[in-house]
Amino acid sequence: MKQYLLSIYQPDGDPPPPEILEPIMKDIEAVDAEMRAAGAWVFTCGLHPPDTATVLRADGGDVLITDGPFAEGKEHVGGFWIISAPDLDAALGWARKAAAACQLPVEVRPMVDLAEG
Amino acid sequence: MPAPGRGPADGRPGGGLTIGDAEAAPADVERVFRAEYGRAVAVLTRVFGDIDTAEDAVQDAFAEAARRWPAAGLPPSPAGWIITTARNRAIDRLRREAARDAKQAQAALLHAQEQPAEESPVRDDRLRLIFTCCHPALGTAARVALTLRLLGGLSTAEIARAFLVPEPTMAQRLVRAKAKIRDAGIPYRIPAEADLPARLSGVLAVVYLIFNEGYTASSGEALARADLCAEAIRLGRLLARLMPDEPEVSGLLALMLLTESRRAARTSADGVLVLLADQDRSRWDGALIAEGQALVRQCLRRGQPGPYQIQAAISAVHSDAPIAAATDWDQILRLYDQLLVVAPSPVVALNRAVAVAELDGPAAALALVDELDLDRYYLFHAIRADLLRRLGRRAEADAAYGTAIARTGNAAERAHLALAKQHLSPPDSGG
Repeated sequence: MKQYLLSIYQPDGDPPPPEILEPIMKDIEAVDAEMRAAGAWVFTCGLHPPDTATVLRADGGDVLITDGPFAEGKEHVGGFWIISAPDLDAALGWARKAAAACQLPVEVRPMVDLAEG
Repeated sequence: MPAPGRGPADGRPGGGLTIGDAEAAPADVERVFRAEYGRAVAVLTRVFGDIDTAEDAVQDAFAEAARRWPAAGLPPSPAGWIITTARNRAIDRLRREAARDAKQAQAALLHAQEQPAEESPVRDDRLRLIFTCCHPALGTAARVALTLRLLGGLSTAEIARAFLVPEPTMAQRLVRAKAKIRDAGIPYRIPAEADLPARLSGVLAVVYLIFNEGYTASSGEALARADLCAEAIRLGRLLARLMPDEPEVSGLLALMLLTESRRAARTSADGVLVLLADQDRSRWDGALIAEGQALVRQCLRRGQPGPYQIQAAISAVHSDAPIAAATDWDQILRLYDQLLVVAPSPVVALNRAVAVAELDGPAAALALVDELDLDRYYLFHAIRADLLRRLGRRAEADAAYGTAIARTGNAAERAHLALAKQHLSPPDSGG
């Protein structure tokens, strides 16, 4: 089994109004429950907006702290799943459901398997 | 198990191998390489679960063959010999690496122990490999390069030359694609039934793209380009044999064969494009036409039309006409109507308008063409120019030819358009 990070890319700014957001949240919860039932679920979380982020950089012996986010842009990761899947096709199957539920782009990235060396 | 190496198993021309000869010419090794490289890489990729291991091993085995066969003669089953030699070589190499605690080598060895060395009788290993190479998670350029490299056995240099990119760029593209297959876990198998239609159409798109790159060379060496067509047809034949129940696979093969049949007639001696209507039809390849038409008839009997089958059928109608004037445009228009339903696109509508021009005249066709949003497509302007010419609207035709010329980089097409533009002006007007 490999593990994959499924990141949800969310446009910056105010979230959609409740009448749009609520059914989306329901759909996301359903995908989450399906992942758990299938044994694919490892971790999920939603993130606060990017302007709540803080960035730290090692600079010589010092560490500089600045207001975030790290990358300027119109979209940032708004939440993610970590799932366990036998191969990319299986991971893409979950990501397809995730993207349909979120109505947002979902990026799939394979995680380095520490046992691979 | 089929007898590997007996004849051109994947339809490559060249006939039987000189089995058991006391001496094998280097050309024999080359022929076995072209015919069997893809199969050997596919079998070993399954055995070791790793493309790089498979490629290295198969290359080692062919190097060994090049040393041995000229003196010893071809073995009874050259493909079997290559696969066995490659497998043994890979195991030796992996054992050496595994002894140095290389985890990947250990994993590949473990994988090999669980896998039979023979090909699966049900589904060819090459079919799995082509689905891996054409996986939608890979970029289009990478899919094309991987397919040509792993299944066609083309060298990185050959692929780079055919696609007019520097060799290091192509090498990098292949390395990245193989790393993604390994690290992202792109599987080596035939997709599940539910995904098969979409995934198969992705594979066919790659094969057709290879063919078109060879056929409508945007520029570059003519020879390298013709090789791409031959390779695409070879892949098409392979897929048609491995997936006999998929009508679109046969449709694509038929379309490529019928298109290829006109290659010799398609450019004049001085390299100017010759339009279908003006081609010397005696130069068409009758054998390719017969094969393509037989496939189209099979498809029609099956009654599950798709975009490739319909395009092949249109091509077959053209092939039926001994002279351009005998073309059954009525039939062609009906097929375009059908194509517009299954694969609607402005380009299809543009081609349909050409049939309308033959049946209802250039004015009716021009009305249809002018509604299309294809300003960036050179053929849109070339077809408009021709319709305007036929309507006697010379100045507008001249401008449209000019726009068409500006929008194509293909030398043969430019030359053809420039000639057409020149012929617009009466000879005495000095233009």
